[in-house]
This record gives sequence, C-alpha cells and structure tokens, in this order.
Amino acid sequence: MSPVLQIDGLVKRFGGLVATDAVSLTVAPGEIHALIGPNGAGKSTLINQICGEMRSNGGTIHLAGRDITHLRAAERVSLGLGRTFQITSLLDDMTVRQNLGMAIQARRGGHSRLFDIAASRVKIWEEADEALAGSGLEGSAEHRVADLAHGEKKQLELLMAFALRPKLMLLDEPMAGLGHLESQEMIATLRATRGDAAMLLVEHDMEAVFALADRISVLVYGRIVASGTADEIRANPAVREAYLGEEDA
Amino acid sequence: MSRAHLGLIAVFILLALVPPVAEALGQSSMIRLIGQVLILGMAAASLNFILGYGGMVSFGHAAFYGIGGYVVGMLYHHHDAGTAFLGIIPGTTQMLITVPAAIFVSGLAALLVGALALRTGGVQFIMITLAFAQMFFFLFVSLKTYGGEDGIMVRRSNELLGLNLRDVPTLYWVVLTCAAGYYLFLRRLVNSSFGQTIAGIRQNERRMAAMGVDTYRTKLLAFVLSGAGAGFAGALMVIFLRFASPDMMHWTKSGELMVMVILGGVGTLAGPFIGAGALFTLETTLGRFTEHWALPVGIILLIVVLATKGGIIGLVQRLFGGRK
Amino acid sequence: MILIVEQFLNGLQYGVTLFLLAAGLTLIFGIMGVINLAHGALYMVGAFAAAWVTLQTGSFWIGLPVGLIVAAGVGLAMEVTVIRRLYARDHLDQVLATFALILIFNQTVTLIFGRQPLFSQVPDLLSGSVQVLPGLPYPAYRLFVIGVGLAVAVGLYLLINKTRVGMLVRAGASNRQMVRALGVDIGRLYTAVFALGALLAGLAGIMASPILAVQVGMGEEIILATFVVVVVGGVGSVKGAFVAGLVLGMLDTMLRAFLPGMLQGLMPGPEAQALGVGISSMGIYLMMAIVLLLRPRGLFAAGD
Repeated sequence: MSPVLQIDGLVKRFGGLVATDAVSLTVAPGEIHALIGPNGAGKSTLINQICGEMRSNGGTIHLAGRDITHLRAAERVSLGLGRTFQITSLLDDMTVRQNLGMAIQARRGGHSRLFDIAASRVKIWEEADEALAGSGLEGSAEHRVADLAHGEKKQLELLMAFALRPKLMLLDEPMAGLGHLESQEMIATLRATRGDAAMLLVEHDMEAVFALADRISVLVYGRIVASGTADEIRANPAVREAYLGEEDA
Repeated sequence: MSRAHLGLIAVFILLALVPPVAEALGQSSMIRLIGQVLILGMAAASLNFILGYGGMVSFGHAAFYGIGGYVVGMLYHHHDAGTAFLGIIPGTTQMLITVPAAIFVSGLAALLVGALALRTGGVQFIMITLAFAQMFFFLFVSLKTYGGEDGIMVRRSNELLGLNLRDVPTLYWVVLTCAAGYYLFLRRLVNSSFGQTIAGIRQNERRMAAMGVDTYRTKLLAFVLSGAGAGFAGALMVIFLRFASPDMMHWTKSGELMVMVILGGVGTLAGPFIGAGALFTLETTLGRFTEHWALPVGIILLIVVLATKGGIIGLVQRLFGGRK
Repeated sequence: MILIVEQFLNGLQYGVTLFLLAAGLTLIFGIMGVINLAHGALYMVGAFAAAWVTLQTGSFWIGLPVGLIVAAGVGLAMEVTVIRRLYARDHLDQVLATFALILIFNQTVTLIFGRQPLFSQVPDLLSGSVQVLPGLPYPAYRLFVIGVGLAVAVGLYLLINKTRVGMLVRAGASNRQMVRALGVDIGRLYTAVFALGALLAGLAGIMASPILAVQVGMGEEIILATFVVVVVGGVGSVKGAFVAGLVLGMLDTMLRAFLPGMLQGLMPGPEAQALGVGISSMGIYLMMAIVLLLRPRGLFAAGD
C-alpha cells in the first residue's frame, strides 16, 4: 500500500541556517505517526512546509501518491490534508452539535440551499451524533461553544477537523495547555474519531505520544535521527542521549 | 413550536382587522399609517437578514429600497406618457409586472454594489455601501425626466387582478398579504442550510473559509436577496403612497432602517417590524409636539444603543425570561 | 486655459478641506477602529462657532481661535461621553450611536441658531485678489485656505514621522495590540487622537465658513466625500488622506465645472445641466469603485 504521506529529502534554509536538513519521512495509511524532538529542532517549520504555508528549498512531498510540493495550502486541503491549530477558532454562538453539523455540511455541500430546512438534514445530524458518541463531548452536545472550557474547545476543533474526512491530519501540539484529565479526554477523542485518517502528530507530551503513536520519528537540529516503534525509540541510545536523557520512562 | 404558530396567526388576524376597526372608530388614517409601518418593516427585515444574521453592516440599503420604488414610478411615468423606457420597454401599471420588475432591478443593483463592496470588510464596507447608495441618490436626482428632486407622482394606482386598489382597505390588505408572505419567506430562509451558513460566517468567517465554504459568494448571494427584498418593499411603498422620491434612497433613510432594526432587536424575525412600528410611532407622536422631534429620537436611540443589547425584543426577553 | 487654472486652484482648496477632515477620520478609524459618522458635526460646530463670533466681533481673527477651541472642546466632550464607550463595541453599535449624535447635534444647532444659514465674512486682510497668472485674479482668501491646509499637512507629517507620539500613532494604526503591549496609556492616546481629529475638522469648518453658507446639514454634505477619501486613501493612512483628498477634490471640482458645458453639445440645456451635475456628483464614487477594483484596501492602506 502506498504511503499517505511521503517526504523525500526535504530541505529548508533560512539564510545560512538549515532548518530542515534532508528530511525523509513516510506515514502509512491509518497510522498515527508522532514527531518529537527538543525545542528548536524544526518541527513547526516542517509542519508548515507540509501544509504549504512555507516553501521548501529542496525535496518533495507526496500526498497519497500525488506530488503536492508546489501546490498552495488551499489546494492541499482540498486534496485531503487536514490541520488543527493551537488557537481555537469556533462558531461561538452555536452549540457543539451545530458546529459539528456545520463542518459536515461544508464537506457534504449544499450549504447554499435556500429552501431546505437545515434541521431536517438527517444524514448530517446522524453523522454529528456518531462523531460525538465516544468522544469526551457527548454530554455537552447542546452547550454553546462560548460556554465551553478550553480543553473541550480543543476537542471540538479536532472533531470538526476530522469531520472533513481528511486523508492525513496534521496535529500541532494538540495537548498544549491541557491539564491531566483533559489530556486523557483528548486522547480518547483522538482514538474514537480518527476513523481512517492517518495522523502526523507533533507533540511534547510524552505520555500522549507513547499512548497513541504507532511509529515515532525524532527530529534534532532539522534532521531525523531515529524512526521506529515506541519500544525501538525508547531503546535507541542516540535518542535517549539527545532527548529522553533526563527522563527514565 | 405550535404556540409560536398560533401567535403568528393571531397577529395576522389582528392586523387584518385594522381597516374595519379603524373605520368604526373614525380613525381611518390609521390604516395608511399601519400600512406604511408594514412596508417599512419589510425593508428593515430585508436589511436585518444581512445585518443581524449575516453580520454585514450595510449603510446603503435605502438605495435598493429606492430603486425598487423608482422602477414602479418610472413604469408608471412611461405608461402615462405613452413612451417606452430606453425606447423598448413599455410602461405599465400592472402590479404583477411592476413589482417583480422592481425586485429584479434592485437585486441586480445589489449584485453590482455587493460584488465590489464585499471584497472589503469592517469600516471600509460600511463606508463603501454608504457611498454607493448616495451615488444612486445623486443619479436619480439628476434625472429630470423622472422628476429629479421632486420625484414622481403616481397619479393612477397600480392594478392587480381587477381589485380596486384605490380603496384604501383593499390596498392595505394587499400590503398585509405581501408582508406576511415576506415574513414567512425570511423565516424559511433563516432556517435553511444557507441561513445557517450565513450565521456561521457572521460568527467566524475564517473558520467557515477553513472548512471550504466560499464566503464571498455566499455573502454576495445574501446581499442580493436582501437588496431584492428592499426593492420589493420600495415598490409597495410607491404603490401605497403613490409617490416616489429620491429621498427614499438618501443615506439618512438607510440610517432610519438601521434604527428600526436595532430598536426591534437585531437578528430576530419579528424585530424589524416591531422596530418599524416603534420608530414610526415615536416620530409621529413626537412630531405632534415639536418640529425638533429628531432630538429626542436621537437621544433615545443613543441610550438604547449604549445601554441595551438586543433592542426591544431583548428587553422583553430579559424582563419576562421567555421567548417570543 | 485660465479657466482651468482657476478651477485647479478651486479644486486644490476643496481638496485641502477634504484632507483636513479625512486625516482626522482616518486616524480615528485606523487607531481606534471606531467609525464616527458624526465627524461632520465637528466641522459644522467649528463653522458655526467661528461664523457667529466673527459676526459678533467683526473680526475673523477672533473667530478663528474661538472656533478651534469650541471644536476641540466639543470633540473632547463627545469622546468622553459617547465615543469612549464605543471602542469595544461592534460596528453596528458605533454606526447607530454616531448617527444618533448627528441627529442630536443638528437639532441642537437648529434650536440655538434657527434654520437660517449664517453668512460669515472674509477678513479684510484677505479680501482682495492675487494675480496668480496674467489675467487671472484669484481670491486671496482661498489661497490662504490652501496655504493653511498644506501647512497642516507638513505639520502632521512631522508630527507622525518625527515625534514619539507620532510613532505611537503609526504603530497604533497598523497594530492596536502592540501599542497596548508597549505599556502606553491607551485611554489618553485615544482621547488625544480624537481631539486632534476634532481640531482638524473644526479647522476645516472655520476655513470654509466665509466661503460657504453655514447651515445645518453642511456636515453631512461633506462627510460622504470624506468617507470616499478615506476609503480611497486607505484606512489609517494620513498620506493616503492627503493624496486622495487632493485628487478627489480636484476631480470633483473639475467635473462640476466642465461637464455640464461639455454635455450642452449633446442634449438640450436644462437636461444637460441636471445630468452634468448628477454625473459630476457621482464622479468621486465612480473613482472609488475603480480604485477598489484594483486595490480593495485603498491606495496606502496602513498595516496588513
């Protein structure tokens, strides 16, 4: 099976600084792939290049076999690339269920239908309820988004991003700012809603990484120094030295 | 939902009873006044759709109201003079033609203005809609053929299916039916997928765009529908009052419509009608005491804006804790 | 040729008036994010104060400073009582509140001065003409207005580009949050900017008072053209207000002067006149439409 995401020899320079140093990475369909590394390793730069918000200086990016290296961000979205942002941006006056319904409606189309009754679009609401079930938000379905806690908002963002059914989801520090309980809920939501989507997860929270990831890649000074399963990474001496050194998990 | 339905039907019946009741009480002038309120309510309601639901603060709405009115006026003028507009379109006083024509032309104008104005946002959008509306005002003032500053006197009433529209009650009932129909249309629109999308755009345009919605086109469609609605109201007003004037397009008229929307409660369906009633009552009552009635109206408006959120309906909701 | 130069100067004079109004308005829009429909009221207040004092004392040179003080004072009062509460509100509330202010101002002025317009006089010192070109005597007062306007433009340029306050203004025009983060007393900055805008508007009104009929409604007439200037010049840009003000002022004046005549050749007299006036009135709006097609944010939009 061809990988959902294939990065080959990606290079990004800022003047004399090489932020991304011939990075090669693959994400298999349905896989959760975590990207970890110390601060300043170049994780955000890499994510921005994959999304299309930053142009690379060399190398290629393929999404489900298609070369997207030179496509604009919006085009990559329409080809199945999803992304969550660190700062939540939702429809505050509507309920959780309505927000989710809006995302599903956007995907299904027909958002310019003038004479239907939105509440009667059964398939949309069924899908919304399905997505809510099993996530941490099921109980808050009828709450206004403006009244939600920070962690709940982040979960909703996640649900809405997945509602667009991307092939690959880029998650930029989804655990940032969450307390222990909220993190657990986020992990549960991630597991419940990902469906068939593959995920590339940039994260500092090691507990979340080891709980979720099928495979982990370690980025240090713009280079991938190790890539493998959670156990392989834990055992890798170079990784331990560069990154996990202080922690004895 | 049933209680709301019953409420609407009750209101409709009450309004329909206005002519016989007014005549019995010797207050025939009330029929004309309430008729005007209904029409202004329609204009305000059309504005409320893009303003309250869509979050687009358009200060040029009166332009479309006036253009709709002028279509009726101009068609009458040509009918009376026996000439044709631009040499090809004959005049008419058939309401079944004049009103749809008015709706179409004002919708077209809204398309032109909206296509340009919606490329901007914020303060710019407000100023641009204001400027374009005033441009239309100047245009119509300069057309001497159509009365220029003085406007058009529509001496013969429009005709509709053999009804006698010179009879004020009959004309009133026609207006009432149109207003009711427009209200139901708006209600359906608001609850549609389109209505939800527009509401979403008001709350967070970036989010909607990130989900793949073409916000420019969606807003433009809303703007056109809204402009067409205003044209509908304008046409009815000219038919009702038998007079079309450039003042219908003046930016102060846009201001009046906005005041009606906010007095009644932004973003509710009945609000614009209530606001129209409130403002009209305020103006005519105060007008009886002083020619400077605009001063207390201004003060009241200022207080309403600064001190409340949600206008009259919001006030009622807060006082009674229920929903209208 | 002489006619053209004369109208060019007229256009310059009108343009300078527009600039004075637009500069204040664009700063208020850009820095405070407030849309103030009642800006024209300050123009009117300045004109009325100066005209009345001039008529009472017989001297424009007393009317001028009094007018400025009154305009600045009224502006301050407006900011403290109303505008201040609008900074955090959405645009609809701002539009309606300032619309209410227009109603209040207009009626109050009518109550004080009645409905008859005031006619102020050009000061004796400037009542003559200057031979701008051989065969073209041009009113000295109008040249004075142009001079004052250009001087203000230079002054504003220096203020904004060479002083610390000006730096805050420039920063605020493109990034409100940043100014707050700099620890500046935002409240005082806003009040100062608003007062400056009021002063400029009042000055425009005072300058115009000997030339125009000073009456209620003069504010609304000119505020629309001012909005167009702000939009074309770019919200937040004083440079844009200057360029757009002068260009639009000249465009408007030239159209009004020459278009009806040009149309006379094509259609009967009164119709040509009315149509000419109509299209001239539309001229600046058409210009705005064209600029927006090419640059939706105006010519010199500040910030992002």
